[in-house]
Parts: sequence; C-alpha cells; structure tokens
Amino acid sequence: MAGFALMLRRLLLVLILRPFAWLVIGVDVRGRRNLPASGPAIVAANHNSHIDTLLLICLFPSRLLRQVRPVAAADHFFKTPLSSWFARHVLGALPVERANARRDMLAGCEAALKRGEILLIFPEGTRGEAEELGDFKTGIARLAERAPDAAITPVYLQGAGRVLPRGSRLFTPFNCAVIVGEPFTWCGDRKAFMTRLRAAIEALKSDAPPLRWL
Amino acid sequence: METAGAGLSAVFPSPALALGYSGVVALLLLGTLAAALLPRLDPARFADLPARVRTWWILFAVAGGALLAGWAVFTLVLAAISYIAVREFVSLAPTRKEDRGAVLFVYASVAISYGAVFADSYAAFLVIAPIYIFVGAAVLLSLAGRPEGFLTTAGVLQFGVIVCVYFTGHLALLMRVPAEELGPSGPAGLVFLVLLATQAGGVADYVVQTLAAPDAAPGTSLRGRLAHGVVSAGAFIALAPVFSPLQTWQAVVVGIGLPVWALCGDQVVRAMRRELGVQSTSLLLPGHGGALDRLAGLAFAAPWCFHMIAFFALERY
Repeated sequence: MAGFALMLRRLLLVLILRPFAWLVIGVDVRGRRNLPASGPAIVAANHNSHIDTLLLICLFPSRLLRQVRPVAAADHFFKTPLSSWFARHVLGALPVERANARRDMLAGCEAALKRGEILLIFPEGTRGEAEELGDFKTGIARLAERAPDAAITPVYLQGAGRVLPRGSRLFTPFNCAVIVGEPFTWCGDRKAFMTRLRAAIEALKSDAPPLRWL
Repeated sequence: METAGAGLSAVFPSPALALGYSGVVALLLLGTLAAALLPRLDPARFADLPARVRTWWILFAVAGGALLAGWAVFTLVLAAISYIAVREFVSLAPTRKEDRGAVLFVYASVAISYGAVFADSYAAFLVIAPIYIFVGAAVLLSLAGRPEGFLTTAGVLQFGVIVCVYFTGHLALLMRVPAEELGPSGPAGLVFLVLLATQAGGVADYVVQTLAAPDAAPGTSLRGRLAHGVVSAGAFIALAPVFSPLQTWQAVVVGIGLPVWALCGDQVVRAMRRELGVQSTSLLLPGHGGALDRLAGLAFAAPWCFHMIAFFALERY
C-alpha cells in the first residue's frame, strides 16, 4: 500500500503537478542548488496560497519525494476522511494539531526529522494577505532546537498570492518566482533564530522580479 | 535504403523540407560542438552558450515537430506559446488586485483567437482580438469598482493581446494555406522559411555580438543588428524559391522587410523590459530568457510575412 501510494505520488508529480506548475502557472526558480539534497532538513517559506505547497513540492526530484513532507494544519487539511487521505497519501503531508495545546504539537515533526525527512514549513502558519509577509510563529525555532542537525533552507515565494489568494476560487495563472536562499542551522537561541530566518526570507524578496500589483 | 526513403517521405512532405531540417540539425550540431569547446577557452564570455544551444534543440524539436504534424497540432502548439507569452507579460506589467477576472478573460482570448484559425475563418481572426477582446477586457476592468488605473490596465492588457496573440497567430493562418497553392513543401515549408529566417537573424546577432563585443548584450549593437538583417534577409531570399510561391523580386521585398520588423519587435520588448526593470521576461528558456523575449521578433515579423506573401502570391487570403 505504501509502495503503491508512493508510486502514485511520483507519477502525479512527474506527469501532472510539474507540467502544470511549469507550463500553466509558470515558475522561475533561482538558487536551486541551495535546496537540500537529503534530510534531515527544513524548508521554510512565506505563505500566501495553497499553490505554495505545489510550488515547493515541484522543486524536488521525484526520487526525493518519499522524504519531502509538507507540514499541514490537522484541523484544516485532515478534517474529512477524503481530504485526510489526499493530504497524507498524495501530498505526503504531516499533520500538526494547532488547536490542541495539551499534546506535544511538534513530536510528529521531530520524529520525521529523526527519520531524515525534509519538512516544508510555512512559519506564518496561515496564508494571510496576498503578497504580504505576516508574522512568523515560533514553532519552527522550537523544532530546530530539538533537531539541531537539520539544515534550514529559507525560500521566498512570489506570485502565488495572485494565482489563488486566500478566499478566492478564481484560479488565475501568473508567473511565480521561487527564490531559494543559503541554508543555515540552529544557532542556540530562539529569538536570534527567528530574526535570522525572517531577515533571510526578506533578503530573498529583493532578488524577486518587481511585482506590479497595485 | 528504400525503407529509409519511404520513412522520410512519410514524415516530410518534400525532399526539400527534409534537406531544410537536416541543415538546421547540422547548424545545431555545430552549435553543440562550439558549446563544448568555447567555454573552455573563455569561460566568462561563453558561460551561457551550452544552455543556449540546449534550449535551441528543444525549440527546434517543438517547432519542427509541430510543423510536420500538420496545421492542427501547429495551431495548438502556437496557442500554447501565445498563452505562455501573455502570462509572462501580465505577470510583469502593472495590473490591479481587482483585475484577475479580466486577466482570465485575456487568457480566454488565446482560445477564442486560435478557435477562429480552427474554424478557418480569417475574417473572424482579424476582428476578434482588436475589437471584441478589447471591448470585453475594458468592460470587465470597468466593473472592478476602482476608478484609478483603469486606462492603464486596459492599455496594458490590449498590448499583451495584440503582440502575443494577434501578431503571433498570423503564423497559424499561414499554415492553413491550401497545399495546391504552394510547392511540394506545402504550408509547412512556408512557415519553416519564416521561422528559419527570423531565428537565423537572432543567432547571427548573438554570434557577432559575442565574438566582437562580449560586454554588450545581444541585440544592442549596430554590428549585431546588421548581422541580423543580412543573415535573416539572405536566408529568406535564398530559400524562398524552394519553400514559397514568391517570385525573386517579391522574395527580395519580403526578405528585406522581415528583419526590419523582427528588430522592431526586439526593440519594443526591450523597451518594455527596461520600464519594468527586468533582464528577461522569465527564466523559462535557459540561456535565452523568457518565451516573450524569444518570440518578440517573430511575432512582429509574422503579420508582415503573412500580408506580403498573401498579397503577392496567395488566392486564399
């Protein structure tokens, strides 16, 4: 079952998702060599649209797909049995329970990093306003602290908020830019870590093509 | 040998077109050899040459394959290219948050315009983009409920439709010329001629520019433009007797005009890039830039070639 699901995911990536991302949406990737070639690793990106996850997954070669795990809110993506099956087996998503404060929210992510997986995390925690960078939640710093050997790769995504902004059902293709920055590791201090992550993603923003979206 | 000959004639409408394709393959092989050797001599100057040649192979495979597959496949491929060019354009040009519906309508204009080519209606093709798409987009923009930026966005969207869909679509119309009106190579030969002449100009510009003035970008020096014009016009005039119904003097007129229009296209898209502050319209074609960068010259030359060939030699249009 797991082997079949993985094969399905790889076929889906190569035959549908990637051609869709490259030809229908249009994605320009800069700094591709900064992407992790193996886990444990965390890819941290800004979040504006459901398209973001698609863009990040399409960056990786299909042989790495087994290790690539988008971290997704359990209360949103694992609500119904169907969406749960889709999120888990097609996207390979890792559920995080945002609402349940009593349970250890990060245990699943930590275990995945121990297994050498690559986590895709949106530190904003939610999609927010189109093409604007919101506040970062500190969960990623606590996770990095617990898995200090995981490299953190900052990524700036531009344009997905135009393609499918929060609250819109009108899918409108626009070219997107994915800018991958140089990876860094846990620095020993949560606050310094968060400052560094935010500064890294904001610096990548200046490498993106100008966005004339008035 | 006989089976090889039969196979060739099944794929190519004429031996001349098979020879034309062989010529392009020979040039690409030469380019591949250059891309393997030159970067070793001068890594900085020829840094993008390998990627550029690799992309040329892909472009040749797509365009060449589509031509041989007939007008329907060619029209679909050209529509896809128009779509990508429009998307690159609206992604860079200024649009408003409220205008996503109008942008979607502009994408639909690609399907509507090429639909006219499928319906074999030249008259419909001629009026759809400049009149009906223009009106539709303007009305959708006016419904955005935001007064400022209306005129700018209406102008921006129409610019994109005219260059990426209307101009470019003329190539698909050329593919619909009845074979009886043309020589043995048929409409595929005619479009091959236009593609070869425009693209050879770009290659000549690149070669002269890289060898003579490596600091300046291709398409920015007088020397490069002269090379573009001479090679492009020369290729058209030399090959027109084989692939087109034009008489020699007519081929000279069309051939001299062709690079002038192509250079106008490069000039206009360069002005656009300058205003928008980008080096290329996207990174889709490694070594070249975006689809619109590569398409600009061809798009501007397409109506000229179409109108003049139709005027001189075609009953159909």
